[in-house]
Amino acid sequence: MIELNHVKMKYPVSKTYALNDINIKIEEGEFVFIVGTSGSGKTTLIKLLLKELDPTSGSIKVAGYDYAKMKRRSIPKLRRNIGVVFQNFRLLKDRTVYENVAFAQRVIETPSRFIRRQVPAMLTLVGLADRYKAYPRQLSGGEQQRVALARALVNKPAILLADEPTGNLDPKNSWEIMRLLEDVNKKGTTVVVVTHNKEIVNMMQKRVITLKKGELISDEQKGGYIDED
Amino acid sequence: MRISSGLYSIKQGLKNIRRNLLFSLASVGTIVSCLFLLGIFYCVVVNFRTAMDDLTNTVTFSVFFDEGISEDNIKLIGDQIRLKEEINTCDFISADQAWKDFAKNNYEDPEEAMKAFAGDNPLKNSASYKITLKDLTNQDQFVKYLESLNGVRKVNASRKAADGIAALNSVVTYSSVSIIVILLLVSIFLISNTITIGITVRKEEIAIMKLIGATNFFVRAPFIVEGIVIGLIGSIIPVILVYLAYDNVINYVIGRYNIIKDFFAFVPVKELFTTLAPVSIIIGVGLGLIGSILTTRKHLKI
Repeated sequence: MIELNHVKMKYPVSKTYALNDINIKIEEGEFVFIVGTSGSGKTTLIKLLLKELDPTSGSIKVAGYDYAKMKRRSIPKLRRNIGVVFQNFRLLKDRTVYENVAFAQRVIETPSRFIRRQVPAMLTLVGLADRYKAYPRQLSGGEQQRVALARALVNKPAILLADEPTGNLDPKNSWEIMRLLEDVNKKGTTVVVVTHNKEIVNMMQKRVITLKKGELISDEQKGGYIDED
Repeated sequence: MRISSGLYSIKQGLKNIRRNLLFSLASVGTIVSCLFLLGIFYCVVVNFRTAMDDLTNTVTFSVFFDEGISEDNIKLIGDQIRLKEEINTCDFISADQAWKDFAKNNYEDPEEAMKAFAGDNPLKNSASYKITLKDLTNQDQFVKYLESLNGVRKVNASRKAADGIAALNSVVTYSSVSIIVILLLVSIFLISNTITIGITVRKEEIAIMKLIGATNFFVRAPFIVEGIVIGLIGSIIPVILVYLAYDNVINYVIGRYNIIKDFFAFVPVKELFTTLAPVSIIIGVGLGLIGSILTTRKHLKI
């Protein structure tokens, strides 16, 4: 599902590699944590997976797309296979919960009759069916993240990429989000969570890939958070 | 693109205009003033050119022949003149006709003058071709051509008048075109600015659209709709304004200075607007389209 081979990434302004010789293989249906402190290369890795950046060298294959060979016009098709959730939710502030989720379907030109059916179903899944008329500012952080999750999942992506999904949430809401991600994973979606939430990583006993200063220092099934201090 | 997506893009485009109302109005205002001036220039230029064409027809060239030339040769010269594309009219004036015209124009009693020279036409060597041109721009070359013809003794050309008319015509045309081109460029710049602001305001939305997998076209479409609508509104208003202004000005001028009608015929308003209205709308929409496409290409690299 996701395959990185000898991926190196160096920004033009930097002297060091943001990612150095990274090899990762994630199979379909896996749940994987990618952990590391800031500057470890997590954000760069996400940008590479979303093809917002191209690696300096090495190959990346995601959902059957070989990034080195694909044409730029295929990028939208690739991205439709990857749902993304961000730490700061990135909801559209001038639109309701319903419109925020429907937006994801509109931009990939889903017919209106499907939107009318799928958006309420997705809001029910994340427990926000009764809040569909609310605007983001009227929601708690946990609720906003659930809207973001509904938006990421409504197009039924093969992969869900969550970048610090609990970064702005209290422990209770963090666990709710993680439970939702686990449910999604059980239904077959490959879930990749980038985080530095030690407690969650240690409790969930999933595969953990640890990055440090751009290098992959550990890749363990049922791993834990490696304390660098 | 699906119909529902098309409608969504149109809705978003109109929403953009509402969100950036001030800048949208500024863009519409610039296009209105640009196309209003274009309309005014067009009316002036068309009327001016019509007047110039009438004047051009009054500038005549006379071609005189060598003494003792045969009628066949005169005919041959006429044929050679008529071959030229720029010829508007080419009439043969016989020596008798020339003398009659001269007497008519120069004597108080032409009959008396005719009798005084009875049987002896003082202009017997003055048979000629009287020529008018469609366009005086290349008159020098044309005169050279006439002078090069076998059997041509002399070519009379009212060169100063012809030069003046041709120069005035060029000045009016070139200065109008230059001003209009400058205004069109200013319009594109302002539309581009408005769209850039729209893109900046919607930066986050665009970023999310791209990450979700929107196609380039889908991301750009609302901005292109915005540009087209601004261009369309900006082109319809000046057409109406110029129509009303032209109609009123002509009616006022003719009503007030009735004498103008005798030597100047205004081009009718409907005749002008069958060209001006569609051209203006095409330019307006085209400006909107070019402005928005250039801007989205620059700012929405996906």
